[in-house]
Amino acid sequence: MSPAKDVLLEFLGLEDIDALFVDIPPEVRVDNLDLPAGLSEAETVRKVSRILERNRTVGEVTSYLGAGYYDNYVPALVDALLSRSEFYTSYTPYQAELSQGLLQVLFEFQSLVCELTGMDAANSSMYDASTALGEAALMARRITGRREIVIPTLLDGERKAVLANYARGPGIRVREAGYDTEDGTLDLGHLEELVGNDTAATYVEAPSFLGQLDSKVTEVQDTLSGALLIVGVHPLAQAVLRPPGDYGADIIIGEGQSLGAWMNFGGPSLGLFACRQEHIRKMPGRVIGLTKDRRGDRAFTMTLQTREQHIRKGKAMSNICTNESLLAVGAAIYLAFQGARGLRSLATNLMDRARELMGHLDGVPGFQAPLFPGSYFNEFPVAHKAPFATLRERLARHGLNGGVDLSTVLPQAAPASLFAVTDRHTPDDFQELVRALEGGK
Amino acid sequence: MTFRQARNDEPLLIELPQEVDGTIGPSARVPEDLRRTELGIPNLEEFQVARHFTRLSQMNYGTDSGFYPLGSCTMKYNPKYAESLAASPKARRLHPQQPEETVQGALQILFELQEMLARVAGMDEVSLQPVAGAQGELTGLLMARAYFEERGEDRSEVVLPDTAHGTNFASATMAGYDVVEIPSKEGVVDLGALEGAVSERTAAFMLTNPNTLGIFESEALTIAKLVHAQGALLYYDGANLNAILGKTNPGKMDFDLAHFNLHKTFSTPHGGGGPGAGPVGAHGPLTEFLPLPLAAYDGVRYRLDYDRPKSIGKVRAFYGNFGVLLRAYAYITRMGADGLLRVTERAVLHTNYLRARVEEYLPVPFGGLRKHEFVASAAPLREKGVRAIDVAKRLIDYGIHPPTIYFPDLVDEALMIEPTESVTQEGLDAFVDAIALIKEEDPDRLRAAPQNAAVARVDEVSAAKRPILSWRMMDR
Repeated sequence: MSPAKDVLLEFLGLEDIDALFVDIPPEVRVDNLDLPAGLSEAETVRKVSRILERNRTVGEVTSYLGAGYYDNYVPALVDALLSRSEFYTSYTPYQAELSQGLLQVLFEFQSLVCELTGMDAANSSMYDASTALGEAALMARRITGRREIVIPTLLDGERKAVLANYARGPGIRVREAGYDTEDGTLDLGHLEELVGNDTAATYVEAPSFLGQLDSKVTEVQDTLSGALLIVGVHPLAQAVLRPPGDYGADIIIGEGQSLGAWMNFGGPSLGLFACRQEHIRKMPGRVIGLTKDRRGDRAFTMTLQTREQHIRKGKAMSNICTNESLLAVGAAIYLAFQGARGLRSLATNLMDRARELMGHLDGVPGFQAPLFPGSYFNEFPVAHKAPFATLRERLARHGLNGGVDLSTVLPQAAPASLFAVTDRHTPDDFQELVRALEGGK
Repeated sequence: MTFRQARNDEPLLIELPQEVDGTIGPSARVPEDLRRTELGIPNLEEFQVARHFTRLSQMNYGTDSGFYPLGSCTMKYNPKYAESLAASPKARRLHPQQPEETVQGALQILFELQEMLARVAGMDEVSLQPVAGAQGELTGLLMARAYFEERGEDRSEVVLPDTAHGTNFASATMAGYDVVEIPSKEGVVDLGALEGAVSERTAAFMLTNPNTLGIFESEALTIAKLVHAQGALLYYDGANLNAILGKTNPGKMDFDLAHFNLHKTFSTPHGGGGPGAGPVGAHGPLTEFLPLPLAAYDGVRYRLDYDRPKSIGKVRAFYGNFGVLLRAYAYITRMGADGLLRVTERAVLHTNYLRARVEEYLPVPFGGLRKHEFVASAAPLREKGVRAIDVAKRLIDYGIHPPTIYFPDLVDEALMIEPTESVTQEGLDAFVDAIALIKEEDPDRLRAAPQNAAVARVDEVSAAKRPILSWRMMDR
C-alpha cells in the first residue's frame, strides 16, 4: 500500500482498504478478478503488437474493398492535430466556457456538412451511417406521425440490418423498392406504388450502393405524397454532386469515414446527419450553436438540449449521448485541409481512376465491368463468371484482394463484386490486378 | 491555484484570409441533373489550418489539462501506450470485409476482449458491437424484447429508479417500452416501491450499481429476487463499474444483461464526446440473442460467428468501435487483475476522502460509504443568491473542471463529484480549498464566473431561442 493511501485512510479513521467495501454484502463479493496479472508497459506493447502483426493490412494485400469504408489517404496533418490531448481527452462540452475550442470545431464541422449537403443544420455526429439511417427513420416517424419507410432493395446489408432494429421499438415497417434490372437504377414506378399515406419517409442514396450516379434520385420528390425524403450521401462525392436539398431532401445521412478517418476494421467511423431548418427541434443528437458570452463576445455552446436524454429522459428525440465527436473534429480538419478545390480534384480523380479500372476489368475474359451501364463515382459492380469465393482465392494467391461480394444484394444475378478505388491506388496496382485475373488459376 | 486558459480570438474557417482561388466548375463526368456548380468550403494553406486548430485546442480542457471530477463520467487518465498501439497501420488500415485469414490479429483481440469482459462482469458471453453506453442499453432491451417474444410473453414496461441515467429512459422508449419510474428511499431503491411496480407487464428493471449517488445498492440480491419472481429481467448499467472491479460483479448480483462503458472504466479517451464503446454481456438463455457476429476461436483460427439464429441481428455496422476496443484490450492487459483492483480501491478511497472533506463545507445528503462518486448540495448558498452553476463556473477559475451539476434530481442543487484514481491527495485538497473559498466569496463574483476561461459565462438561453447551427444560418 502506498504511503499516500495510508494518510487518506487514517483521515477517514479506517483500518484498511477493505473497510471501504463493507457495504458490498458477502453473498455478492468476489475475491478477485479472473484475469492474468498485469504487464509492464514494454511487455504490453510487445504483446499487443505481436497480435497485431498477424493482420495483413490493405497496404500489404492491395484491396478493392469499399461499400462505405475506404482506404483513402489520411493527411498527416489530421493525425497531428487529433493528437492534441486538449481535444481527445476531453469529455462532452457540457461546460461551454472551458470547451470553446472543441465547440467551435464542432460548429465548423456542422457548417461544413451543411455546405456539402445543402442542408441548414447538422448535428455533431451519429455513431455511423447505419445508425444515422435508423435515427432518420425515427425522426421521420416523429415528424409525420406515419409508420412506414421505403428503402431501395439495392442497399448495404449492414444498413438494412441496423435499420430493422431501430425500426423495431416504434413498430416502423420497412418496405423495399426494386430496381431496373437492365441498368441498376431506381424503379420509380415501384417506389411510387409503395408510398402511401402511412409512409413517413423514402430513403435513397446518391451515389447508389453500387456507386452509380443515378439521375432518377432527383425525381423521387415527385413520388412522396407527404412523406419525407431522406438521402444517403458519400461525402467525397458531394464535391461534384448536387446538394440533395436542391431536389427535395429533408434529412441527409452519410458515412463520414472517408473524411480523414482510418478504416479501423469498421469503427470508429462517423455518422453524418443533417436536415432542413424547420426540422431541427426533431433532430436527434448533440448540436452546437453560436451565441455570445456575458462580455458580448462570440461564444459557442451545446444547444437545443431539451431534445436530449439528459434533460428530456424518455421524451428525448434519441438515447444518443456518447457520439463520435473526435471523428467530427478530424473531418473538420480534413475538409479545411482539402478545401473546395482539393475536394473537387480528389472527387474527379476517384471518378477517373474508377473508369480506368473499369476499362481494365472489362477487358479481362469472363468479366463485365460495370455490370450495369451508367456513370459511377469511386466504385462499381463487376460481374464475373467465377463464383466469388473462387475469385477471392485466386487473388489471395497473388497477394491481392478484390471487391465486396454482391451475392446477397443481387441474389438473382451472376456472381458479382463491388470494386472500389482510392487515391492510394496506382496504375501499377491495376496492372497487377489484371495480370492476376488473366493469369487464371 | 490560479488558472488561465488561452483566450484566442480565433476566427471561423470562413473568415480566414483565402489566397487560393476556390472556384470550381461543374464536372462533365457527372450526369447533368446531378452536377454541382459551387461548393462553399474555404481554400486555405496547410499552415493556416494547422494554426487554426492548434489555437482552438488551446481553448479546450482534457484530462491531460488537469483534475476532471465530472460525476458519472469517470474522467481518468488515458494512457499513451494505448494511443500508440491504436495508431499502428496494423490496426487502422483494416477493412471490415477483409477475408478472415488476413485479420487474425484483430479477431484475436475481439475474441480475447469478449472473454475478458465476460469474466470481469460474471456474464456468459459478451458482444462488442454497441458503440456507446446508451447503445448497449438499447441492445440489451431489444434482446429482452426478442427473448419475451420467443416465450410468447407480452411485456410492455421497463421499470427505472429515479436515480437512473437519462439514457435509460430514452433507451427504453426507443426499444418501444413504457417507462415506470420508482422513487428512491434513503438514496437507494425503495424495495416496496419496486415490488409494487414490477409485474407481469415488466420486461426489465434497469439498475446502476453503485447508483448515481455513488451508493452501493446492498440489497442487490433482494432486488434480483423481486424482479425475477415476476419473470422480468434485470439489466445492469455499467457506467459506474469503476467502483467494483474485483469486489463484486453483475453476474454475482444476478443480473441477466449488463453493458460496459469502455471509455469510462477501461480508460479509452472520451474524444470530446466520443468515440466510445458499450459492449453488452448476457447470462444464460439471453446469450442467444446477442448481436451478430461474435468473434469465435476453434483453437487454431479466429473467425466471425454469424450462425446464431436467435440473434437480434445488428445495432451498428460490423463489429463495433474496433479502435476503442483495442485500447481497452491494451489497458486491461497492462493493468491485469491486480492493477484493476488497485484502480477500484484508489478511486473509492479518493471518493470517500473527498466526500468527508467537502462535507466540512457543503452537505452531502444520505449517509454511509460512497463508491466511485458522491453528490454534494449547493443549496445552502441559495440564500445568498448563489446556485450550483455558479459554484461550477467558479471552479473553472481555480483550474478544476466542474462536477456534473443538477443531476441526480433528488439532490437539490446537486454537485456530482467523481474524482477517479487519477488524482493526487494534493489535487483532492486543492478541490476542497476551492470549495472553501467559494463558500465565502462575494456572490457577485461567483455569478460573474468564470473570469479565467476563454470566454465569460455563455448565454445558453438565447442560443436555444434562436438557434444558429451553421455558417449559413448566421446570415439569417
